[in-house]
Amino acid sequence: MISLTHFMVVSAVLFCIGLYMIVSKHNAIQILIGIELMLNAAILNLVAFGKYDRSSNGGQMFVLFAIVLAAATTAVALAIILNVYRRYKTIDPGTIDNLKD
Amino acid sequence: MTLVQVLFYLMSFIALGSALFVAATKNLVRSIFMFFITLFALAGLYVLVLADFVAITQVVIYVGGILVLILFAFMLSGKETLNIIAEQRKPFISLSKVPAILLACLFLIVLINVIFKADVDHLGWIKNSIALKNGIAPDAAMTENIGINLMTRYLLPFEAISILLIVALVGAAHLSRKESGA
Repeated sequence: MISLTHFMVVSAVLFCIGLYMIVSKHNAIQILIGIELMLNAAILNLVAFGKYDRSSNGGQMFVLFAIVLAAATTAVALAIILNVYRRYKTIDPGTIDNLKD
Repeated sequence: MTLVQVLFYLMSFIALGSALFVAATKNLVRSIFMFFITLFALAGLYVLVLADFVAITQVVIYVGGILVLILFAFMLSGKETLNIIAEQRKPFISLSKVPAILLACLFLIVLINVIFKADVDHLGWIKNSIALKNGIAPDAAMTENIGINLMTRYLLPFEAISILLIVALVGAAHLSRKESGA
Protein backbone atom coordinates (compact mmCIF):
# COMPACT_ATOMS: atom_id res chain seq x y z
CA MET A 1 0.00 0.00 0.00
CA ILE A 2 0.97 3.64 -0.33
CA SER A 3 2.30 5.24 2.83
CA LEU A 4 0.75 8.25 4.49
CA THR A 5 3.86 10.30 3.78
CA HIS A 6 3.22 10.12 0.04
CA PHE A 7 -0.23 11.62 0.43
CA MET A 8 1.03 14.31 2.76
CA VAL A 9 3.73 15.34 0.31
CA VAL A 10 1.19 15.59 -2.52
CA SER A 11 -1.10 17.69 -0.37
CA ALA A 12 1.80 19.93 0.73
CA VAL A 13 2.62 20.67 -2.91
CA LEU A 14 -1.05 21.38 -3.67
CA PHE A 15 -1.22 23.70 -0.67
CA CYS A 16 1.80 25.67 -1.85
CA ILE A 17 0.38 26.03 -5.35
CA GLY A 18 -2.78 27.43 -3.78
CA LEU A 19 -0.70 29.79 -1.65
CA TYR A 20 1.15 31.01 -4.72
CA MET A 21 -2.13 31.68 -6.52
CA ILE A 22 -3.55 33.64 -3.60
CA VAL A 23 -0.48 35.83 -3.27
CA SER A 24 0.26 36.50 -6.93
CA LYS A 25 -3.02 36.67 -8.87
CA HIS A 26 -4.75 39.90 -9.88
CA ASN A 27 -8.18 38.41 -10.35
CA ALA A 28 -10.59 37.63 -7.53
CA ILE A 29 -11.89 34.49 -9.21
CA GLN A 30 -8.40 33.03 -9.52
CA ILE A 31 -7.73 33.84 -5.87
CA LEU A 32 -10.89 31.93 -5.04
CA ILE A 33 -9.60 28.96 -7.05
CA GLY A 34 -6.38 29.16 -5.02
CA ILE A 35 -8.39 28.97 -1.81
CA GLU A 36 -10.22 25.92 -3.14
CA LEU A 37 -6.87 24.27 -3.92
CA MET A 38 -5.71 24.81 -0.35
CA LEU A 39 -8.99 23.40 0.99
CA ASN A 40 -8.55 20.36 -1.22
CA ALA A 41 -5.05 19.82 0.13
CA ALA A 42 -6.45 19.81 3.66
CA ILE A 43 -9.22 17.43 2.60
CA LEU A 44 -6.67 15.03 1.11
CA ASN A 45 -4.84 14.90 4.43
CA LEU A 46 -8.04 14.26 6.38
CA VAL A 47 -9.06 11.47 4.03
CA ALA A 48 -5.61 9.86 4.17
CA PHE A 49 -5.67 9.74 7.96
CA GLY A 50 -9.31 8.70 8.02
CA LYS A 51 -8.30 5.38 6.52
CA TYR A 52 -7.15 4.25 9.97
CA ASP A 53 -10.45 4.92 11.71
CA ARG A 54 -13.03 2.45 10.55
CA SER A 55 -15.45 2.40 13.46
CA SER A 56 -16.14 6.12 13.91
CA ASN A 57 -15.12 7.46 10.46
CA GLY A 58 -13.75 10.70 11.92
CA GLY A 59 -11.69 11.73 8.90
CA GLN A 60 -14.26 11.09 6.20
CA MET A 61 -17.05 12.69 8.21
CA PHE A 62 -15.18 15.94 8.69
CA VAL A 63 -14.21 15.90 5.04
CA LEU A 64 -17.92 15.94 4.21
CA PHE A 65 -18.39 18.91 6.56
CA ALA A 66 -15.41 20.66 5.01
CA ILE A 67 -16.81 20.20 1.50
CA VAL A 68 -20.14 21.72 2.59
CA LEU A 69 -18.26 24.63 4.18
CA ALA A 70 -16.33 25.14 0.94
CA ALA A 71 -19.57 25.26 -1.02
CA ALA A 72 -21.05 27.86 1.35
CA THR A 73 -17.86 29.93 1.20
CA THR A 74 -17.83 29.89 -2.57
CA ALA A 75 -21.45 30.96 -2.84
CA VAL A 76 -20.93 33.96 -0.56
CA ALA A 77 -17.59 34.90 -2.11
CA LEU A 78 -19.01 34.85 -5.63
CA ALA A 79 -21.93 37.03 -4.55
CA ILE A 80 -19.44 39.51 -3.11
CA ILE A 81 -17.35 39.39 -6.29
CA LEU A 82 -20.42 40.13 -8.42
CA ASN A 83 -21.30 43.10 -6.22
CA VAL A 84 -17.76 44.43 -6.38
CA TYR A 85 -17.78 44.09 -10.15
CA ARG A 86 -21.06 45.97 -10.38
CA ARG A 87 -19.68 48.86 -8.34
CA TYR A 88 -16.08 49.12 -9.58
CA LYS A 89 -16.21 47.45 -13.03
CA THR A 90 -13.14 45.43 -12.12
CA ILE A 91 -12.37 42.45 -9.91
CA ASP A 92 -8.69 43.11 -9.29
CA PRO A 93 -8.46 43.18 -5.48
CA GLY A 94 -5.44 45.48 -5.67
CA THR A 95 -7.43 48.34 -7.18
CA ILE A 96 -10.44 48.19 -4.90
CA ASP A 97 -9.54 50.69 -2.23
CA ASN A 98 -12.69 52.67 -1.40
CA LEU A 99 -14.87 52.23 1.63
CA LYS A 100 -18.55 53.12 1.47
CA ASP A 101 -18.58 56.92 1.84
CA MET B 1 5.23 -1.49 -8.64
CA THR B 2 1.75 -2.69 -7.97
CA LEU B 3 -1.26 -1.37 -9.81
CA VAL B 4 -2.23 0.78 -6.82
CA GLN B 5 1.14 2.49 -6.83
CA VAL B 6 0.99 3.11 -10.57
CA LEU B 7 -2.45 4.64 -10.18
CA PHE B 8 -1.32 6.74 -7.23
CA TYR B 9 1.61 8.23 -9.14
CA LEU B 10 -0.54 8.78 -12.23
CA MET B 11 -3.30 10.51 -10.28
CA SER B 12 -0.97 12.70 -8.26
CA PHE B 13 0.97 13.62 -11.38
CA ILE B 14 -2.26 14.68 -13.12
CA ALA B 15 -3.46 16.59 -10.07
CA LEU B 16 -0.20 18.45 -9.48
CA GLY B 17 0.44 19.11 -13.17
CA SER B 18 -3.01 20.54 -13.79
CA ALA B 19 -2.79 22.57 -10.58
CA LEU B 20 0.49 24.03 -11.79
CA PHE B 21 -1.12 24.84 -15.11
CA VAL B 22 -4.01 26.53 -13.29
CA ALA B 23 -1.51 28.63 -11.38
CA ALA B 24 0.66 29.47 -14.37
CA THR B 25 -1.79 30.25 -17.15
CA LYS B 26 -2.92 33.78 -17.94
CA ASN B 27 -6.21 32.67 -19.48
CA LEU B 28 -8.97 32.56 -16.87
CA VAL B 29 -11.24 30.19 -18.80
CA ARG B 30 -8.43 27.70 -19.31
CA SER B 31 -7.51 27.83 -15.65
CA ILE B 32 -11.13 27.15 -14.63
CA PHE B 33 -11.39 24.15 -16.94
CA MET B 34 -8.03 22.76 -15.83
CA PHE B 35 -9.28 23.09 -12.28
CA PHE B 36 -11.97 20.56 -13.30
CA ILE B 37 -9.20 18.08 -14.08
CA THR B 38 -7.45 18.75 -10.78
CA LEU B 39 -10.65 18.00 -8.90
CA PHE B 40 -11.27 14.78 -10.82
CA ALA B 41 -7.73 13.58 -10.17
CA LEU B 42 -8.16 14.38 -6.49
CA ALA B 43 -11.36 12.33 -6.46
CA GLY B 44 -9.30 9.46 -7.87
CA LEU B 45 -6.80 9.88 -5.04
CA TYR B 46 -9.66 9.72 -2.53
CA VAL B 47 -10.73 6.40 -4.03
CA LEU B 48 -7.17 5.14 -3.54
CA VAL B 49 -7.39 5.88 0.20
CA LEU B 50 -10.63 3.88 0.28
CA ALA B 51 -12.94 6.86 0.73
CA ASP B 52 -15.29 6.21 -2.17
CA PHE B 53 -18.23 8.12 -0.70
CA VAL B 54 -16.05 11.20 -0.26
CA ALA B 55 -14.86 10.85 -3.85
CA ILE B 56 -18.43 10.82 -5.15
CA THR B 57 -19.30 13.80 -2.95
CA GLN B 58 -16.28 15.63 -4.31
CA VAL B 59 -17.40 15.06 -7.89
CA VAL B 60 -21.01 16.01 -7.20
CA ILE B 61 -20.46 19.09 -5.04
CA TYR B 62 -17.18 20.49 -6.32
CA VAL B 63 -17.48 19.74 -10.01
CA GLY B 64 -21.25 19.98 -10.19
CA GLY B 65 -21.76 22.88 -7.83
CA ILE B 66 -18.76 25.04 -7.11
CA LEU B 67 -17.25 25.04 -10.59
CA VAL B 68 -20.57 25.86 -12.20
CA LEU B 69 -20.90 28.74 -9.73
CA ILE B 70 -17.43 29.98 -10.63
CA LEU B 71 -18.24 29.77 -14.34
CA PHE B 72 -21.43 31.77 -13.74
CA ALA B 73 -19.54 34.47 -11.88
CA PHE B 74 -16.99 34.58 -14.65
CA MET B 75 -19.67 34.99 -17.30
CA LEU B 76 -21.57 37.62 -15.33
CA SER B 77 -18.53 39.80 -14.76
CA GLY B 78 -17.81 41.22 -18.19
CA LYS B 79 -15.22 39.70 -20.44
CA GLU B 80 -13.51 42.92 -21.51
CA THR B 81 -12.14 43.84 -18.09
CA LEU B 82 -10.76 40.36 -17.65
CA ASN B 83 -8.98 40.64 -20.98
CA ILE B 84 -7.49 43.97 -19.97
CA ILE B 85 -6.13 42.38 -16.83
CA ALA B 86 -4.61 39.60 -18.89
CA GLU B 87 -3.09 41.93 -21.47
CA GLN B 88 -1.29 44.10 -18.93
CA ARG B 89 0.93 41.29 -17.75
CA LYS B 90 2.14 39.91 -21.02
CA PRO B 91 5.86 39.52 -20.24
CA PHE B 92 6.34 35.96 -19.00
CA ILE B 93 7.64 35.63 -15.44
CA SER B 94 7.27 39.25 -14.48
CA LEU B 95 9.32 40.51 -11.58
CA SER B 96 6.24 40.98 -9.43
CA LYS B 97 5.74 37.19 -9.29
CA VAL B 98 9.13 36.46 -7.74
CA PRO B 99 8.17 37.15 -4.10
CA ALA B 100 5.12 34.90 -4.45
CA ILE B 101 7.17 32.07 -5.93
CA LEU B 102 9.78 32.51 -3.22
CA LEU B 103 7.14 32.44 -0.48
CA ALA B 104 5.49 29.31 -1.89
CA CYS B 105 8.80 27.46 -2.31
CA LEU B 106 10.04 28.31 1.18
CA PHE B 107 6.71 27.27 2.68
CA LEU B 108 6.89 24.01 0.72
CA ILE B 109 10.36 23.31 2.13
CA VAL B 110 9.08 23.93 5.65
CA LEU B 111 6.06 21.67 5.12
CA ILE B 112 8.11 18.81 3.63
CA ASN B 113 10.57 19.09 6.50
CA VAL B 114 7.76 18.90 9.03
CA ILE B 115 6.21 15.91 7.29
CA PHE B 116 9.44 13.93 7.30
CA LYS B 117 10.26 14.92 10.88
CA ALA B 118 6.81 13.91 12.08
CA ASP B 119 7.19 10.43 10.59
CA VAL B 120 3.46 10.01 10.23
CA ASP B 121 3.54 6.32 9.35
CA HIS B 122 4.73 5.38 12.83
CA LEU B 123 2.41 7.50 14.96
CA GLY B 124 1.10 5.81 18.07
CA TRP B 125 -2.58 5.76 17.22
CA ILE B 126 -1.97 4.53 13.69
CA LYS B 127 0.06 1.57 14.96
CA ASN B 128 -2.71 0.91 17.47
CA SER B 129 -5.32 1.00 14.76
CA ILE B 130 -3.37 -1.42 12.58
CA ALA B 131 -2.87 -3.74 15.54
CA LEU B 132 -6.58 -3.66 16.38
CA LYS B 133 -7.52 -4.09 12.70
CA ASN B 134 -9.40 -0.79 12.79
CA GLY B 135 -8.16 0.30 9.37
CA ILE B 136 -10.55 0.28 6.43
CA ALA B 137 -10.18 -2.90 4.42
CA PRO B 138 -10.09 -2.54 0.62
CA ASP B 139 -13.32 -4.52 0.20
CA ALA B 140 -15.32 -2.81 2.94
CA ALA B 141 -18.54 -0.95 2.15
CA MET B 142 -18.25 2.21 4.22
CA THR B 143 -21.25 4.21 3.04
CA GLU B 144 -23.64 2.49 5.43
CA ASN B 145 -21.28 3.12 8.32
CA ILE B 146 -20.99 6.78 7.34
CA GLY B 147 -24.76 7.14 7.35
CA ILE B 148 -25.12 5.55 10.76
CA ASN B 149 -22.33 7.70 12.21
CA LEU B 150 -23.84 10.83 10.70
CA MET B 151 -27.09 10.23 12.55
CA THR B 152 -25.56 9.17 15.88
CA ARG B 153 -22.05 10.24 16.76
CA TYR B 154 -21.86 13.32 14.52
CA LEU B 155 -25.46 14.53 14.81
CA LEU B 156 -24.58 17.88 16.43
CA PRO B 157 -21.99 18.94 13.80
CA PHE B 158 -24.43 17.79 11.13
CA GLU B 159 -27.20 20.06 12.44
CA ALA B 160 -24.78 22.94 12.91
CA ILE B 161 -23.50 22.63 9.36
CA SER B 162 -27.03 22.52 7.97
CA ILE B 163 -27.94 25.76 9.77
CA LEU B 164 -24.71 27.35 8.57
CA LEU B 165 -25.40 26.26 5.02
CA ILE B 166 -28.85 27.79 4.94
CA VAL B 167 -27.57 31.01 6.53
CA ALA B 168 -24.81 31.23 3.94
CA LEU B 169 -27.15 30.58 1.03
CA VAL B 170 -29.72 33.13 2.22
CA GLY B 171 -26.89 35.60 2.71
CA ALA B 172 -25.54 34.95 -0.78
CA ALA B 173 -28.98 35.44 -2.31
CA HIS B 174 -29.39 38.65 -0.34
CA LEU B 175 -26.00 39.97 -1.41
CA SER B 176 -26.45 39.29 -5.09
CA ARG B 177 -29.93 40.72 -5.58
CA LYS B 178 -30.43 43.91 -7.57
CA GLU B 179 -29.81 46.95 -5.45
CA SER B 180 -33.02 48.98 -5.12
CA GLY B 181 -33.21 50.64 -1.70
CA ALA B 182 -29.77 50.20 -0.19
